[in-house]
Amino acid sequence: MRYLPKSPSERQEMLDVIGVRSAEELFRSIPEEFRLKRPLNLPGPLSEAELIRYFQDRAAENSRGYTSFLGAGVYNHLRSVVVDTIIQRGEFLTSYTPYQAEISQGTLQAIFEFQTLMCELTGQEVANASMWDGSTATTEAVLMADRLTDRQRVLVARSLHPEYRAVLATYAKNVGLEIHEIGFTASGQIDTAALAAAIDAQTAAVVVQSPNFLGVIEPVAQIAELAHAAEALAVVAIAEGVSLGVVRPPAEADIVALEAQSFGLAPSYGGPYAGAIATREKFVRQMPGRLAGQTTDSQGRRGFCLTLATREQHIRRERATSNICTNQALCALAATVQLCLLGKQGLREMAEQNLAKAQYALAKLEEIPGVRRALSGPVFNEFVIRLPRSVRLVNAELLREKIIGPLPLGPFYPDLTKCGLVCVTETTSREEIDRLVASVQRILAKPLGGSLI
Amino acid sequence: MYPNEYRYTKEHEWVRLEGGTATVGITDYAQHALGDVVYVEMPRAGTKLAAGKSFGTVESVKAVSEIYAPVSGEVTEINASLAGAPELINTDPHGQGWLVKVKGAAPSEITTLMDAAAYQAYIAEKEKEASA
Amino acid sequence: MSDRIKAARRNVSRNEGLIFEKSAPGKRGVELPPLDVPAVDARKLLGTDYVRDGVEGLPEVSEIEVIRHFTRLSTWNYAIDLGMYPLGSCTMKYNPRVNEFVARLDGIATEHPYQPQELSQGCLKILATLRQCLLEITGMDAATLQPAAGAQGELTGLLLIRAYLASRGNPRKKVLIPDSAHGTNPATVVIAGYDVENIRSDARGQLDIARLKELVTDDVAALMVTNPSTLGTFEPRIAEAAEVLHSRGALLYMDGANMNALAGVTRPGDFGVDVMHLNLHKTFSTPHGGGGPGAGPVLVKKHLEPFLPIPVLTERDGRLVLDAHRPQSIGRVRAFAGNFGVLVRALAYTLAYGAGIRQATEDAVVNANYIRKRLEDVYELPYDSPSMHEVVFSDARQKKFGVNTMDIAKRLIDYGFHPYTTAFPLIVPGALMIEPTESESKEECDLFVDAMRSIAEEAAMEPELVKTAPHSTRVGRLDEVGAARRPVLRWKAKSSAEAAD
Repeated sequence: MRYLPKSPSERQEMLDVIGVRSAEELFRSIPEEFRLKRPLNLPGPLSEAELIRYFQDRAAENSRGYTSFLGAGVYNHLRSVVVDTIIQRGEFLTSYTPYQAEISQGTLQAIFEFQTLMCELTGQEVANASMWDGSTATTEAVLMADRLTDRQRVLVARSLHPEYRAVLATYAKNVGLEIHEIGFTASGQIDTAALAAAIDAQTAAVVVQSPNFLGVIEPVAQIAELAHAAEALAVVAIAEGVSLGVVRPPAEADIVALEAQSFGLAPSYGGPYAGAIATREKFVRQMPGRLAGQTTDSQGRRGFCLTLATREQHIRRERATSNICTNQALCALAATVQLCLLGKQGLREMAEQNLAKAQYALAKLEEIPGVRRALSGPVFNEFVIRLPRSVRLVNAELLREKIIGPLPLGPFYPDLTKCGLVCVTETTSREEIDRLVASVQRILAKPLGGSLI
Repeated sequence: MYPNEYRYTKEHEWVRLEGGTATVGITDYAQHALGDVVYVEMPRAGTKLAAGKSFGTVESVKAVSEIYAPVSGEVTEINASLAGAPELINTDPHGQGWLVKVKGAAPSEITTLMDAAAYQAYIAEKEKEASA
Repeated sequence: MSDRIKAARRNVSRNEGLIFEKSAPGKRGVELPPLDVPAVDARKLLGTDYVRDGVEGLPEVSEIEVIRHFTRLSTWNYAIDLGMYPLGSCTMKYNPRVNEFVARLDGIATEHPYQPQELSQGCLKILATLRQCLLEITGMDAATLQPAAGAQGELTGLLLIRAYLASRGNPRKKVLIPDSAHGTNPATVVIAGYDVENIRSDARGQLDIARLKELVTDDVAALMVTNPSTLGTFEPRIAEAAEVLHSRGALLYMDGANMNALAGVTRPGDFGVDVMHLNLHKTFSTPHGGGGPGAGPVLVKKHLEPFLPIPVLTERDGRLVLDAHRPQSIGRVRAFAGNFGVLVRALAYTLAYGAGIRQATEDAVVNANYIRKRLEDVYELPYDSPSMHEVVFSDARQKKFGVNTMDIAKRLIDYGFHPYTTAFPLIVPGALMIEPTESESKEECDLFVDAMRSIAEEAAMEPELVKTAPHSTRVGRLDEVGAARRPVLRWKAKSSAEAAD
């Protein structure tokens, strides 16, 4: 087998040294009744060419050749070729967690740079080396707020990504946290009056996403002020990192949970991505996840090492800030490389292109009779439109033209039936937008239930 | 090495009573076992301590140790220098490395603790066990 | 050096600074295609309250500088591609490159989790096939591929146990954990809302069944066990332990971190395990990437299936669908469908071997036993039970010279190896935990053995050399104390920490 570097004679030599006749003898500590008497019933073995063929066949059964207008927490953005050039290097790809600092300076310095970039993006003072994704980062941020305030109530915006809310609910149940949802107004922003009324001395945190699941940018400064007045913490989740190229960062927030997928990470059917938690320096000891710190060696040379490890599971065990061990290091590296390539100018320009294309798409869609923008608040690259008929039916027609249309919101928000979430990024061309608009117009012009020819 | 006017616990804390105030710290044996101290987690002033219960932690790079209250009472002051200079616990564990001052401790609680001689015998025994 | 030479440095590649230190206004590494729609003024559109001027601290560098910077950084790392990682319970095996290739295919890397399920059958088939393979390998009945890592798998498993016991009237209060367990186990128990109770191993470092019988009361929900244990030995009475637990209504959770000793030889489902997780970044070769991503699928027996996290992959009308309508489910444990890209790699690994995966297991166990045999005369074996895929020594003999396991590990770096796992498991003071995996050739094993024998000699003859190691790395031992006392966790403009060469 090509992954096993032993010849039959070498195996024999080693067995002789050990003093057994066959490898079978080395398993005698397993009770006989549990030792398999048959080979496993598994597909394969496949040669490399067959493996490639297998996955190419699977790829052909997916959505190749379709134009997509989906966002909703996973975004199609530019991915520079150099990202893979770097993360495919064996020294990054096949290296272990940098516990042995002297031989992991490459990884550690890259993490330090990632931490710095996350701070610059979010306007916070410290950031960690990555969490599993935006949904778990948001959950961990809430658990952190609970530890910091010692309070049990959490107010969560209904416009926080439904899957993020679902994950938070799963974790919250077991640690005694009470989650209350605060709705949104016609603008799509959180109902600040309802929020103000709900905050009390038992509130640990207020949690919003910005831009939220409906694409609307939240008034973070105002929300933070309301939270702080009650000595609660403001937690802001960010699923679309590119928005930070032009949208004011949530500097007033106490904890930011960022999903970095937008920077150099392919959609890959849901993962792997990279979450990060960024917060104020004074909270750093309650922050979960690894941290790389700058230090010096015995000769005074600058170097980096993992630090504040006493927060973590391998030392603190049951009193740890989190159980996280393996994180998303290589994905964080991809994001770091992409952000360095984009730089200050590139990210700004990319964000402005997203803004412009979304406005163009929105304007064109609103020209179609019966189609209206559903929420009035400020948006970045996603927005909600209301159609005169079921989004699902319209999408079925769009599929025939190889277009994956707006995400139907009805299943997530019963009050938003016939509403769809449209996402447009810098990778969406004008022709594609025009084609979507023309197709939607044509589909809506047809009588309902009529012939589909 | 171990001041005669202090009293010592089995968990390697020391306590010194002056007037009505008890000052608490960890012993030289404890700081040596921990290694370089990097951080100390302490209660706020006003917190009520119960003798024998943990009231904070002392951290080195690779380990976390609980600190147990040698006496009951209320915390009146914490050593603010430790935030910026936790290494004081290593360099001067019985003096500048003090942790908290406590009021309301019953003198009877203190006299049940080990004196310097008893404590030194206790740690000598521990070292013998460790190298056995 | 003359006055005019200001910036000469030796070994430029070894002295690479931070990317921010190379930044200069106007440089760029990416050029976007021109905007094909009318531009908008962000401030006019969103209002000044919502707009920033640009991300100040993002570096401005060119493409070549990014390539040089990160390529130089990469040369400071050790990696599997360079040599062995004898890290116990980490299973640092070869990461097959074809796995990287297939994960990046157009039609695999490009898929969006919300696209119509009829356009995702390829992705769903990958998930279904991997699930089927993992069930066959472990002998379990149902699985979720969602958890992002072993720790998340552990949490999911405990939540499943809680839901199952709650459905029978009492979720119970405690989980038993052996003193040899990995730190994620107790940390996870607390997050799951249970209390930890430690169970001491017996004199052979194994599960103490008599003690277990005493401890399993109606308050105990489960025992979390790693098998083989973190000593690298198979728990001979595991089936008995399962029986004790089951007879009192409790469950057996197995941490599958050491599955590399079992695949193709025995199956946890056969010896009484109710729920377990696997670490795909260990046994199933997905790359560690400097710390992740990984994946921690959870496999269960039938009685726990109704509680699996949503969505669950099922078949409906001849098509695969992700079903979120599961009334008894514990809920979602992460967004979307899991670390899909990692799952693709794990499937590619499994398909490459087929049933031949048993050979990998055998080779892993042969390597560990070979190393044990060739080192047992110079390093102390704390327990004489048979080793499987990893062997645990202690530094007892070297301690006499003032040399401990940490020192030996650092000296191993000078020989060109990554250290083994030091100071774990906690039940062996001064532990050296060595797991070579099946990816090491006899030659590589011999090199490792010779290095370790040489260090044992040095410990006796020149202990100072070992105690001050490593000597050959780009940086010496780093000041971890200073890093923890006064943490510097990010670069700042005009930072005062410029290091001299």
